[in-house]
Amino acid sequence: MNGIPMEHGLILASILFSLGLAGLMLRRSMLFVLMSLEVMLNSAALAFVVGATAWNQPDGQAMFLLVITLAAAEASVGLALMIQLYQRFRSLDLDVASRMRG
Amino acid sequence: MELAFYLSSLVAVLATVGVITGTNPVHAIVYLIVSLIAVALVFFALGAPFAGALEIIVYAGAIMVLFVFVVMMLNLHPDAEREQTWTHPRYWLGPSVLALVLLAALVALLGQGGVGETIDGELLTAKAVGMTLFGPWLMVVELSAILLLAALVTASHVGRRSNPLRNNENRGGTP
Amino acid sequence: MMAMAVILSFLFPLVGTLILAFSAGRLGPRASATVGVGSVGLAALATLWAVLTHTGGSQGVTLWNWISVGDFQPTIGLAVDGLTLVMMSVITGVGFLIHLFAAWYMTGEAGITRFYAWMNLFVFSMLLLVLGDNLLLLFLGWEGVGLCSYGLIGYYYQNSANGQAAFKAFVVTRIGDVFLALGLFLIFMELGTLDIATILARAPELWEPGSTTANLAALLVLGGALGKSAQVPLHTWLPDAMAGPTPVSALIHAATMVTAGVYLIARLNGLFLLAPDVMLLVGVIGAASLLLAAFAALAQTDIKRVLAYSTMSQIGYMFLALGVGAFDAAIFHLVTHAFFKALLFLSAGAVIISCHHEQDMGKLGGLWRKLPVAYGGFIVGGAALVALPLVTAGFFSKDEILWQAMAADQTGLLIVGLLGAVLTGLYTVRLILGTFHGEPGSDHARHPEPGTNVFTHHLPLVVLAVLSTFIGAWIYPGLGELFPQAPGETTDSGHTLLQVLAMGAAIAGLALAGWLFLMRRQWLDDIARKGAGARLWTLWHHAWGFDALFDRVLVRPWQWSVRMLRFDFINMIMNLPAVVARVFNAGLVRAQNGRTRSYALVMVFGATLILVALALAPGGGA
Repeated sequence: MNGIPMEHGLILASILFSLGLAGLMLRRSMLFVLMSLEVMLNSAALAFVVGATAWNQPDGQAMFLLVITLAAAEASVGLALMIQLYQRFRSLDLDVASRMRG
Repeated sequence: MELAFYLSSLVAVLATVGVITGTNPVHAIVYLIVSLIAVALVFFALGAPFAGALEIIVYAGAIMVLFVFVVMMLNLHPDAEREQTWTHPRYWLGPSVLALVLLAALVALLGQGGVGETIDGELLTAKAVGMTLFGPWLMVVELSAILLLAALVTASHVGRRSNPLRNNENRGGTP
Repeated sequence: MMAMAVILSFLFPLVGTLILAFSAGRLGPRASATVGVGSVGLAALATLWAVLTHTGGSQGVTLWNWISVGDFQPTIGLAVDGLTLVMMSVITGVGFLIHLFAAWYMTGEAGITRFYAWMNLFVFSMLLLVLGDNLLLLFLGWEGVGLCSYGLIGYYYQNSANGQAAFKAFVVTRIGDVFLALGLFLIFMELGTLDIATILARAPELWEPGSTTANLAALLVLGGALGKSAQVPLHTWLPDAMAGPTPVSALIHAATMVTAGVYLIARLNGLFLLAPDVMLLVGVIGAASLLLAAFAALAQTDIKRVLAYSTMSQIGYMFLALGVGAFDAAIFHLVTHAFFKALLFLSAGAVIISCHHEQDMGKLGGLWRKLPVAYGGFIVGGAALVALPLVTAGFFSKDEILWQAMAADQTGLLIVGLLGAVLTGLYTVRLILGTFHGEPGSDHARHPEPGTNVFTHHLPLVVLAVLSTFIGAWIYPGLGELFPQAPGETTDSGHTLLQVLAMGAAIAGLALAGWLFLMRRQWLDDIARKGAGARLWTLWHHAWGFDALFDRVLVRPWQWSVRMLRFDFINMIMNLPAVVARVFNAGLVRAQNGRTRSYALVMVFGATLILVALALAPGGGA
């Protein structure tokens, strides 16, 4: 048992982040966009925890708590917006709500 | 220990791929929950059980339940965007390549960094975290409390049932 | 006491305007009319109070300093003397009657609140014009009445022709106003003050009579007066100004605003006496306008246009009087003209409303039995306009003007004045016959709906009719002591002869008109229909073609030069940055496509670029 290299944890965070990013850019449904955002936030939180355990500092975990709070707030507001979107356009397609162009 | 880390990492990545490629909203949410639980397992493997527990309770528990509620409320059907998004490389090639390049850059930068630390799974207890939070980080706790309150107010304001009549009135009222 | 009354007199219309303007359409038609008419009524009462408490001479009331720039310190100061009080009485008295009539005339029109707001603002501005003790305050009122005139001519703004008419009036009077402003600059530069009393005291000390500066100053002020008073050559706006509601024509384009030029010259009499040549020019312009307008009035078919040309003609008489130095006679005619021309316009308004906005003489006729009140107004007002001897106000004032012209040895002006009197008789009779006698020309005229409201319809007409008789001449106080001696005050030889001549001219005009229009109608129509007669008719109908002339000489060359300037290549260079900015704008607008996904894509692209650059940089990222 010689421990896990810190890079591996960070690479995992990077992979998750990139996946979330890809989902954010690919998907048109607001639900999936929100879930991609959750994945990205989660990967950032993971990076913090990796840091905290690598250096044995509790600050990283405190930061993790902050990220989770942020994710909760973001999810609630995002879902509320999604409900509005659905009520106005009868669809979750974000491209429908493109009146603010030009 | 390492095995647990790598296995749950694999599960997390696969589940996340399931999230972003899924078409059925409920299935996607379940994938996301799996991904989150896998990440929680990663936390346990890294020696941060408090974080792992919070991940399961708050993330996989509370937030995802919120998602499920909303999906059930809107009564969504498997959406038709699939047709447009996946059939032609034009739609998915650009973003995917971009994300891959980003990943490569990140990994390359991590390799250059040469941190060299290893994680031996030593436990960081909840007590230590709590001491930090309510010691030097007290202001952050207060700020996140305010953030949650603001989110609560915003969500209850934005999410209220819109009045189509007033909506028309507003549109007509603009000069 | 008097100061308070004077301040109140112009404060009431101002408050009325503010109430009406800030009500933003919340006041109903009735409430608007009450506020609009009531404020002018209160102003009339305040003016009456001021007249009763006036102790003679000129009394100043300084309210506060307006601007203070070095030596230039114009005040918001009022100067009240006999001339001011006479003007105030006309503005508020006749103004009140016209407002009252407007309450009947405007019933059911859209935008009553706007109408009364403009009307009250006009009364306020006009009072400021006559009350100001310095030329700057006078100029403020001068511009204010111009603005109100613009707003009221274009009152029925849905019809773009009315907007054009308002625009024309504004621009043409603005040409005169530029002259006036230049005159003010010159006076301030030379005399160092704009205070009217100081100017009149200082000008004779500093300027030689007939000197270039004095001539120039008088000429510039005259330019302003010509524009406002619709005298040749800045007269073309007045007939078109009839597009406004008839009470507006009565108040602004007959009784008060157009006589502001007469007031201005009378007020600055000392300045004009220093420039005898310009004085003569004033008289000549007055005589020219008098004749031109009288001929034009003969060939109009719209009753309001007849009255408009008649107004120009009568103001020509006033200018003629000013030109021979008879300032008192000019103001006298101004007052009586305000009475009888307001009466004529309001009677015309009564006819127009009764006949459903029909104002073409060809389509009116035979109304005298059906609209007795309006007919009475036309007969009394027309008699005063013709200056029917002894019983009308117009006779006394016009006779005074002709007598002063004779006493000043201006035989040419006198002959023009007498000829004008004959022509006045002609077009007045033609107007009354065409409107009230003969066969009705349309269904509207066959079935008129006479006004029945005693208070808002009959009362103003009756009061103005009474004032148009000799009573109106009696109540004029005479302002001889305010002005320099008029030529007719030193001698009395030949006055009786002239009175006989004037009576003869008026009666000759009436007789000629009666003979022509009653006996020789057919012959007249034949002449007007073909050959030289038809050409003359067309020429007169278009008021000697001044509009066409200005169009050729001024408007078209201007438009041509504007077209040329559009292709100015220096301008194109100047526009280059704008074009570049527009191209970039077009590109950036395309980027702003409203899709969150593409925004995210662009953002990630940027972030990736930076990260890749960091990763590839030698030694970077460490």
